[in-house]
Amino acid sequence: MPAVKTRDSAAQAAAERLEAHLREIVRWHFAPETGCPFWLEWAKASGFDPREIRAVADLAKFPHFQDEWLREYPPERWVPRAYRDRPYSVFETGGTTGMPKQRVSWEDHKLDYSEFSKTLDDAHFPRGAAWLMVGPTGPRRLRLAIEHLANVRGGPCFFVDLDPRWVVKLLGKGDAETANKYKDHVIEQAVTILKHRQIGCLFTTPKLLEALGERIDVVRAGIKGVFCGGTSMTPQMVRFLTEEVLQNQAQFVPTYGNTLMGLACSRPLEPEDRWSATYYAPQPRAVLRVVDPKDTLRNVDYGQFGRVELTTLTKELFMPRFLERDEAVRRAPCDLYPWDGVGDVRPFGALEKKVVEGVY
Amino acid sequence: MTYDLVPHIPALRFGRPYESLDVGEVKDCRSGRTLARLSLANGGLVRRDLLFKQDAAFEALQRLPVAALLEACAKAGELFMRAELPLGAGHVQSPERYVETLSATSGLPHNMCRANMEKIHHVLTKMPTILKGLTRGMDLSVLDRGVGEQSGVPVCYVPMGKSLGVVLPSNSPGVNSLWLPAVALKIPVVLKPGREEPWTPWRLVQALVAAGLPAEAFGFFPCDHDGADAILRFCGRGMVFGDEKTVAKYAANPGIQPHGPGYSKILIGLDEIENWRAHLDVLVQSILANGGRSCVNASAVLVPKHGRAIAEALAERLGPVAPRPPADPEARLSAFANPAFAEYIDGAIEDGLRVKGAEDLAARFRGGPRKALFEGSTYLRPTVVWCDSFEHPLANREFLFPYASVLEVPQEQAVRALGPSLVVSAITRDEGFMRELLLASHIDRLNLGPVPTVSVSWDQPHEGNLFEFLYHRRAIQRVGA
Repeated sequence: MPAVKTRDSAAQAAAERLEAHLREIVRWHFAPETGCPFWLEWAKASGFDPREIRAVADLAKFPHFQDEWLREYPPERWVPRAYRDRPYSVFETGGTTGMPKQRVSWEDHKLDYSEFSKTLDDAHFPRGAAWLMVGPTGPRRLRLAIEHLANVRGGPCFFVDLDPRWVVKLLGKGDAETANKYKDHVIEQAVTILKHRQIGCLFTTPKLLEALGERIDVVRAGIKGVFCGGTSMTPQMVRFLTEEVLQNQAQFVPTYGNTLMGLACSRPLEPEDRWSATYYAPQPRAVLRVVDPKDTLRNVDYGQFGRVELTTLTKELFMPRFLERDEAVRRAPCDLYPWDGVGDVRPFGALEKKVVEGVY
Repeated sequence: MTYDLVPHIPALRFGRPYESLDVGEVKDCRSGRTLARLSLANGGLVRRDLLFKQDAAFEALQRLPVAALLEACAKAGELFMRAELPLGAGHVQSPERYVETLSATSGLPHNMCRANMEKIHHVLTKMPTILKGLTRGMDLSVLDRGVGEQSGVPVCYVPMGKSLGVVLPSNSPGVNSLWLPAVALKIPVVLKPGREEPWTPWRLVQALVAAGLPAEAFGFFPCDHDGADAILRFCGRGMVFGDEKTVAKYAANPGIQPHGPGYSKILIGLDEIENWRAHLDVLVQSILANGGRSCVNASAVLVPKHGRAIAEALAERLGPVAPRPPADPEARLSAFANPAFAEYIDGAIEDGLRVKGAEDLAARFRGGPRKALFEGSTYLRPTVVWCDSFEHPLANREFLFPYASVLEVPQEQAVRALGPSLVVSAITRDEGFMRELLLASHIDRLNLGPVPTVSVSWDQPHEGNLFEFLYHRRAIQRVGA
């Protein structure tokens, strides 16, 4: 069967590319002339030279990356020596309250979103069209990333901010009423922009898209494509947004990602997917695994739920084996992305306890 | 009987059945077998339908004359009682099957399912009497024209909302009788069924549509809290069943009628107290009917004297009542669909009994623990608690099984001691006492004389007048008409 063979050889090529990239990144982060203080000190204390590692399986020699480190240590400790003369951006993660997790960055978001741009369909995300982002701006990578995406495609980007930390706080206190008022305030601003400016493309979160659709006919407002992310989406939500809010006319592109990973794209949905999106990490710059929560060295079988583990491999950030606060189904590689994907992403332990996700 | 093909109950989006990708299961509380799958509507979908389809639903009912609606209700009552009605694609449900599945998933024995069915049938077929009671005999064609006359006075009624949203409980199918008059009053209904009880609201909508009412006047949305919240916020008028927290949450909202615990009670006057044995049947029926699961079941008996003897006598009658198979016509107790709930109630009562001044007198007549396992189901057996004061934590409680406290309160303090009570049956002929009761605003439904708290008079309102909730009388003056 030649099709399978092609897929096998594509998978093989992707795996080889990943291992070569891994070796390069590890060499970079653990060489005294290029690496960052955090990892150089770690290597000294651990007594093992990570530059020996050859294969993805060798990542097991690292412990799970603790995101607490990103809260605890100041940004300087994460600056690779090779970049020490270049001013950096500090990006913070989404909806956490208290001291935020921070990462330093220079170009990663541009690289990630330039790559992502190549996956977008020009018919639905027209070149030169203006974008509107309705979501968390502030100290977040996403804000600059979306603007870069619009710019790379030749258009400008408008913004309406939503502060997810405020929403998390309100919902934590059980004040759904104020949270709803805040959502209305955000949506009102978005509606104003959509009415007064010609916008073709939209980035927002699923709940905000839903709320926007309650106030305005998104398709008649001129939106041809919507790129959505930020929180998990059930298949029913994907279907509802596609069929009803976007009336099967504007294209809906669900993604999975965060400040630490970048952006995992979904492959186009087929009827047999029953609206369940499958996301693929931007390999080789990041690798997603779905692991057994009780034995994280073990991948779960295809079709099984497990905890999402992220490894980020860029010159700006080396983050091995970080356990995300999400669980997902492990999905098979596809032609477009010949490596493992993740599907039905939901907050880790969603079935056991309620997690405050809110409007963000 | 085989269940190879489990029916899938869709959401009803004002005339359009919708199968969601989010599916809940309704299970037999004994065997755990899935008896139906239920499409769960996401909150956004509910909001969208209410925003964009509610007006059309309203128009569809408003353009039908009340007379036609009453006729359709009567027909629907017969269909509900006797017909095979659709149950999702490719399935039909006979009345017998309705009783069996309702019993299997809710724990109610068949005889109580049938009694509730009859109650609903009665509401649908006697709708003219009910509307006469709610409107105090108004010519209902006033609603067709918007204006008219009542007792020689011009009247004009304006609908306060374009639909009535109802967040239903699972405790008893009889509660569905509360929203039914809305349909005859030309107001569409948007129903969120209880988790364990989609059967009755679904069957009612099927019966009403089969009787000729427009399908676009009905919303049926199994959903989560987000969806329930949407129903209450986006329907012009809302009705919600829940606990005290639910009631407190909506108390300040004039557009929402919350139905919480009833705390229904029986009082015996000083004038009748020596005669208490003659009223024992009324007491027993008030506590035991419908498995003690309704808000109209008595949960406390207040007497001026002989309290202990009355409590003993009730315990002797109620204590021996034991679980029986669901199909047994003599079954008087309902199983708990969720055994954890029985556990919780039993624990709460035991905690209360540890506080000095209360005794479960039924214990010695039960010949076993309160929480009983029978044929794989959990039951709570009747409990009669003799309390030495109204301050005792068990004195004014309501639980989902036959439970009552009995206590002595001097007659002159009784009305104040009651607290908010959905139904009070006062067994007395004392004019002064009756007058005091008539003036008490914390009593919603008042029965004077030996009337069981569970007895319903169809020309009387229940927990607020639904007509006045749905319609507002506005001043009208017309010149040159």
